[in-house]
Amino acid sequence: MYEFTYHKPTSIADAVKLLGADADAKALAGGQTFIPVLKQRLNKPSAVIDLAGLGLSGIRAEGNRVVIGAMTTHHAIATSPDIAKAIPGLTTMAGWIGDTQVRHRGTMGGSLANNDPTACYPAAVLALNATIRTDKRSIAADDYFQGMFTTALEPGELITEIEFPLPVEKSAYAKFRNPASRYAMVGVFVAKSSAGVRVAITGAAQNGVFRHKEMEEALGKSWSPDAVAKIKTSPEALNSDIHGSAEYRAHLITVMAKRAVAAAG
Amino acid sequence: MPQLSLTVNGKSHAVEVEGRTLLVELLREKLGLTGTHIGCDTSQCGACVVHVDGRSIKSCTMLALQAEGASVTTIEGLAKPDGTLHPMQEMFREHHALQCGFCTPGMVMSAIDLVQMHPDGLTEHEIREGLEGNLCRCTGYHNIVKAIAAAWPLMHGKQVPAAAE
Repeated sequence: MYEFTYHKPTSIADAVKLLGADADAKALAGGQTFIPVLKQRLNKPSAVIDLAGLGLSGIRAEGNRVVIGAMTTHHAIATSPDIAKAIPGLTTMAGWIGDTQVRHRGTMGGSLANNDPTACYPAAVLALNATIRTDKRSIAADDYFQGMFTTALEPGELITEIEFPLPVEKSAYAKFRNPASRYAMVGVFVAKSSAGVRVAITGAAQNGVFRHKEMEEALGKSWSPDAVAKIKTSPEALNSDIHGSAEYRAHLITVMAKRAVAAAG
Repeated sequence: MPQLSLTVNGKSHAVEVEGRTLLVELLREKLGLTGTHIGCDTSQCGACVVHVDGRSIKSCTMLALQAEGASVTTIEGLAKPDGTLHPMQEMFREHHALQCGFCTPGMVMSAIDLVQMHPDGLTEHEIREGLEGNLCRCTGYHNIVKAIAAAWPLMHGKQVPAAAE
């Protein structure tokens, strides 16, 4: 690891100031991706700003929404009775990330800020039509994800909370895990609410998470695994790597979508 | 260099560390607690698992400074001062849950957290799933699973320990 200066500010304002004052400063959330990146010298920040002292951890109900703090760990989300009741798909999803030890440190905000094209949270946030609150503004999930490792966040902008509209009538996540990394080869999150059906796919596409409009339309008419069973996805913009070809991933999208709908009941 | 205060195995420490010092480096190199191992160094193998404020974490994927004010428990902190082993250590011994022993400290630390997180019962399937963050290159998983299953009632006070042979 290259040398850096470590800071642990105690207010969002101070954290934003530290990040704004130095273009090479980086924010540290749970560190389960960022610390391995630093260890491999893939990044050389001058300063690391630890966000653990900002009070951004916790899950609360706010009217007809559930609000999750950006520094809330995967473990806290996976074991929250309130989340399990309101959005069971999110419980499943959080409990399948990495392993227990990673889930004890990794955070939802960190995952969203990174927007790894094979990460799970982007699928949940997009399918559940969540809103990402930052120190400056609120960003709809549809506007937030902008391609591989790319988001609507401006330099130095911090995610503070993620807001999920309730009630969610049905939700489920089906994930085909890469057996070594446990990231999604293909992950499909399906959600149904009074606003309609949303289907988000992660792990499959070169540009990261995307909504599957054809599946949304089919499930809007008939919520059943059969409704998506014949829907094919073009492999054109999908990932092809040592773990699987684009055609294989295209096939997996249909398989995992069926499983997700079946799991949602 | 920044100052760091933390408690390790019940003992307070105030040490100087670099920003980039990992928790596992602090434990092994500054505090001499070499029971915590570095296996893969890429968050995969779990040989470096310790408890921070009661939760199992991978100490190769946490900066030492992130543990400011925390209470850390390593494999060295499990046995009683008179040498009596923790029930999980005792069951690892009883069931021969190790071959080369390299993964053992991390396995034991993960296993204790797993048992603590399941006060109402722990199935074999849950044990195997719960060990997903720990690798044993000797592939000695069967006996590790047996040891954890045997430690569960001891740790939750459900039955009297069986006499060792």
